[in-house]
Amino acid sequence: MTPGTLVDILSWTLMAAGMCFYLTGALGLLRFSDFYCRLHAVTKTDTLGLGFLALGLAIASGSLHTACYIFLIYLIAMASAAVNGQLLARYKLEQEQSKDDS
Amino acid sequence: MTVELLPDLVLCVLLLVVAWSALFASTRRDAMALFVAFGMIVALVWARLGAPDLALAEAAIGAGLTGVLLLRAARKLPVSSARRFDYRRHLGALTFIVVAVSGFAVSIILPSPADITANNIDSPVAAAMSDSGVSHQVTAVLLNFRAWDTFLELLVLLFAITGLRQLFPIEKESLEPARTWQLLVSWTRTLVPLLLLVGGYLLWRGSSGPGGAFQAGALLAAGCVMLRITGMLPPLHWSSFAVRGSVCAGTLLFLCTAVLTHSLGAGWLDYPEAHAGTLILMIETLATLSIAIILTLLVAGERKDLCS
Repeated sequence: MTPGTLVDILSWTLMAAGMCFYLTGALGLLRFSDFYCRLHAVTKTDTLGLGFLALGLAIASGSLHTACYIFLIYLIAMASAAVNGQLLARYKLEQEQSKDDS
Repeated sequence: MTVELLPDLVLCVLLLVVAWSALFASTRRDAMALFVAFGMIVALVWARLGAPDLALAEAAIGAGLTGVLLLRAARKLPVSSARRFDYRRHLGALTFIVVAVSGFAVSIILPSPADITANNIDSPVAAAMSDSGVSHQVTAVLLNFRAWDTFLELLVLLFAITGLRQLFPIEKESLEPARTWQLLVSWTRTLVPLLLLVGGYLLWRGSSGPGGAFQAGALLAAGCVMLRITGMLPPLHWSSFAVRGSVCAGTLLFLCTAVLTHSLGAGWLDYPEAHAGTLILMIETLATLSIAIILTLLVAGERKDLCS
């Protein structure tokens, strides 16, 4: 087994793992009952899935330069997913609270 | 049939499905969300077609800023009731799709007299690249060979903002309290410098690679909109000279260049070869400023921005 095929196997395994997380996230979005559960499913699994995907792509690219780009992109995507999830949840919570008050 | 074709086919099907659902969504809110999703898929399609310039512009303007605009509009409109299923509307759309797709299929199957793919358009542009002043073909076309079109695009933006200003006097002052979360404020503080950096890079990069005034302007506008929504940016009073000046700057510089090249040089917008690069960079910089401010006003402009 050459190092090339080993790298291929490793990167494809990581990307497949990422895909699995995306699939479970989509399943959660479709099947979970209430807003917060759905949000939880989408944000967590997408971040993790994108992480695996980015790692796999970085290994497959074979250059440190590209890997650094991918890592930076992943950092921004991860941060924005986390912030967006928080903001959506807070908005929903405030809406429900104001409905309860009135 | 190659594996490469698979993501493209998936994108095509997705594009059609999302377009269809956006047009025939049962509520206005669903239609808006699907329209934003449609913009993202169009951006991906452009990226797959090897047109990163268009992909960037579509993602920033088509999906991002238009999305914010739609959501802001949705807050002011009454909640729409679910639309009744009307099969005649679907029938018309279905007929159109069938006719269009079969026409496209016929044009692919029949031998066409001229190949419409990029190679034919490339060659005259590639031949003229040496005296365009830039090294990226898209920028050369947009700001040199067809600078007239870009000038008119800037005018369209100017007309749009003028039109918007006419609409505002009848609208009541919005009295919603500015309510911002600390999280949103700190996220904006992180993101806006990044947007500024990327916008500046895209503007500079435009002369040698994908990028340019519209993409950079849209990114800067996105940053301004975030600042404006979180209340970190004070209202952009229309009466201030800086705002009016930046709105007009791109068009004015374009106009001056056109008049000067006509009276002193070879003709309307026919740049002198030696200064073409500098001129294009100057026009792009001021156009970026104009586009950023105009888009900000169009998306996040309130009465106190536009009418004071």
